[in-house]
Amino acid sequence: MRFQLSEDQRALQAGVRELLERRFGREALRAAVDTPGRLDRELWRALGDAGFFALRLPEADGGVGLGLPEAVLAFEEAGRALLPGPLVATHLAAGTVPGAATGETVVAAVYGELVEWLEAADVVLGDTGDTGGTGNTADTGNAADTGDTRGAEPLRSLDPLTPLHRVPAARDAAAAAPLADLLTAAEQLGTAVRVGELAVQHARTREQFGQPIGAFQAVKHLCADLLVRTETARVAVYAAAVTADPADIAAARLLADEAAVHGARDCLQVHGGMGFTWEADVHLHLKRAWVRAHRGGGSTESEELLAARLAA
Amino acid sequence: MDLSYTPEEEEFRARLREWLAKVLPTLPAKPPPDDWPGRRAYDLGWQRMLYDAGYADVHWDASPTTRLIFLEETEKAGAPYVGAGFVGLLHAGPTIAAEGTDGQRARWLPPILRGEEVWCQGFSEPGAGSDLAALRTRAWRDGDDYVVSGSKIWTSHAEVADWCELLVRTDPTAPKHRGISWLAMPMDADGITVRPLRTLAGSAEFADVFLDEVRVPVGNRVGAENDGWRVTMVTLSFERGTAFVGEVVACRRVLGELARAARENGRWDDPVLRRRLGRLEAEFRALWRLTQWNVSEAEASGGVPGAGGSVFKLRYSHARQELYDTAADVLGPGALDLDRPWVLDRLSALSYTIAAGTSQIQRTIVAERILGLPKGR
Ligand SMILES: Cc1cc2nc3c(=O)[nH]c(=O)nc-3n(C[C@H](O)[C@H](O)[C@H](O)COP(=O)(O)OP(=O)(O)OC[C@H]3O[C@@H](n4cnc5c(N)ncnc54)[C@H](O)[C@@H]3O)c2cc1C
Repeated sequence: MRFQLSEDQRALQAGVRELLERRFGREALRAAVDTPGRLDRELWRALGDAGFFALRLPEADGGVGLGLPEAVLAFEEAGRALLPGPLVATHLAAGTVPGAATGETVVAAVYGELVEWLEAADVVLGDTGDTGGTGNTADTGNAADTGDTRGAEPLRSLDPLTPLHRVPAARDAAAAAPLADLLTAAEQLGTAVRVGELAVQHARTREQFGQPIGAFQAVKHLCADLLVRTETARVAVYAAAVTADPADIAAARLLADEAAVHGARDCLQVHGGMGFTWEADVHLHLKRAWVRAHRGGGSTESEELLAARLAA
Repeated sequence: MDLSYTPEEEEFRARLREWLAKVLPTLPAKPPPDDWPGRRAYDLGWQRMLYDAGYADVHWDASPTTRLIFLEETEKAGAPYVGAGFVGLLHAGPTIAAEGTDGQRARWLPPILRGEEVWCQGFSEPGAGSDLAALRTRAWRDGDDYVVSGSKIWTSHAEVADWCELLVRTDPTAPKHRGISWLAMPMDADGITVRPLRTLAGSAEFADVFLDEVRVPVGNRVGAENDGWRVTMVTLSFERGTAFVGEVVACRRVLGELARAARENGRWDDPVLRRRLGRLEAEFRALWRLTQWNVSEAEASGGVPGAGGSVFKLRYSHARQELYDTAADVLGPGALDLDRPWVLDRLSALSYTIAAGTSQIQRTIVAERILGLPKGR
């Protein structure tokens, strides 16, 4: 057993981080906030070129030929960078929806009652994102199971970086989607990591009562708890990527949702009044964490799945 | 990232399983919790069986992964816990192995491994708990001996111990972290009085230890004089890093038992309780993964567990309390009956956020040593 990142995995992580810093740095992030609803197609293709969507496709099919652990590392970085767009749906559609793998086609999915990025998408899938294997095992000849978006109503989305539509009681609202859950958990982990960095940075530099606020135990303990939740979520997410076991994935999802949402709130607290402003990025992380926490069945479904396992 | 085990490790697991299946049915009945001499004999007997079968030194010499497999399998099979051997096997022993002289290793390690001698930990004092370095128990030199006076508190297993890993102040004029030494004190020396303290669970798990001019040979000092704080940090890293691994496996077993009990008494139909159990399952799965992660990290860096132990200890001690609080919900009014399973465990779990460094102290360690936040005053 060697439950640590391999050299190659570290390199991949660093590579994705570097790409995202270059293509989607702070300025791009704030620009995206100022143009809500607009998906940057150029960035999407750049992600496609870098293999973000084709990561798990076999090399014979033009993919990168890597596995779930690598996908999880890439999605953690996407979460850390607060990268917008229907990343999970497009990644899961690579290999079945033409153009998804290269970033030519933007694919969204209906998750329960919600659809992210409906208007920007070229293709919308049902809640069948992943029945296992390397991608969407769509059984239809025309490549994709079209999501039922009849009667979709736009919401005034709380997250300025994620347009949302609500669909009336989706057909397969309760369909389990373990891979979408796992990649969502990886994005949440990235958020937890990022808000932890922001909190610690602020705690080191902001001074009150003549010393950095990070010297105060109350602040220290907020940061310590944030780290503990993040590291616990991290091992759960990584292990689920290795085993792909639905119960491991459910556990990862629960812990990662908690780490992201709770972490973003604590980060906001550490920032004081500054944290409550539109200028600080904290609210963007919190809002996205909330959006992801609603993806699919939310926590109830994961908890019930794990309870059922226990009693089996 | 790899969660599979090597063929050699799997072979170790298979051999251990087979051995456990053979010997566990031959064990005598467990003595009642308050029968200390009985518990000592039982725990040492188990250690002797491990020794004879070649498993005794798994805590020290084996690779971290092998140790993990050992703890997983023994716990799954319901084998006895280290019990009275805890301090000797899990911290005094490893500390002496890392910091002692050859002579000290030869004198103290074999009896620990063979299940002949029990150790206790004399660190805390009435005025020095979280602020351990504020300890005042004095030791001054008289010929080849230190003469020790003072008192220790919360000393687990003191009544049945042969040796005590004792922290004393050898230089009262030095800054508080500098004047401390680490001694091995024989518990049968003149001048030692042990007075059992009753815990909130009703048992006498730990004790006050009074020291009145106790003579301890200078040769019993591990590490240099006044360098005891550094040696202590080694001890504590073992205490936090590896001491709780087996318990996670035990908690997962309890969780399964809770689910079955809830099915039988109808509480399973309550979705709130079900969801709580589901969340605990997520929690303990993750704690097991954290263990595997920390062990892999220790294996990569060679030996002494890192600060990740504090992350684990913090999360685990709260999860354990939540587990037994949930057990109380499964039990209903039975939660007030000391004869029911889990009720005593619920009480003893209350100590987890206090013993071996309180949660508040662990958070400060995480913030300062892992996150690098400035020290406050
Ligand atoms: C079951 C059990 C077994 C034990 N066995 C042993 C043993 O075998 N040998 C041994 O030497 N010791 C043993 N201990 C002692 C244990 O290590 C101490 O109880 C523990 O370190 C806390 O010290 P204290 O009890 O003096 O509490 P205190 O230090 O007085 O703490 C009281 C409260 O104040 C908080 N506090 C204190 N300082 C700070 C700070 N700087 N910042 C924030 N909060 C703070 C604490 O978190 C706690 O909530 C045992 C304890 C228990 C409960």
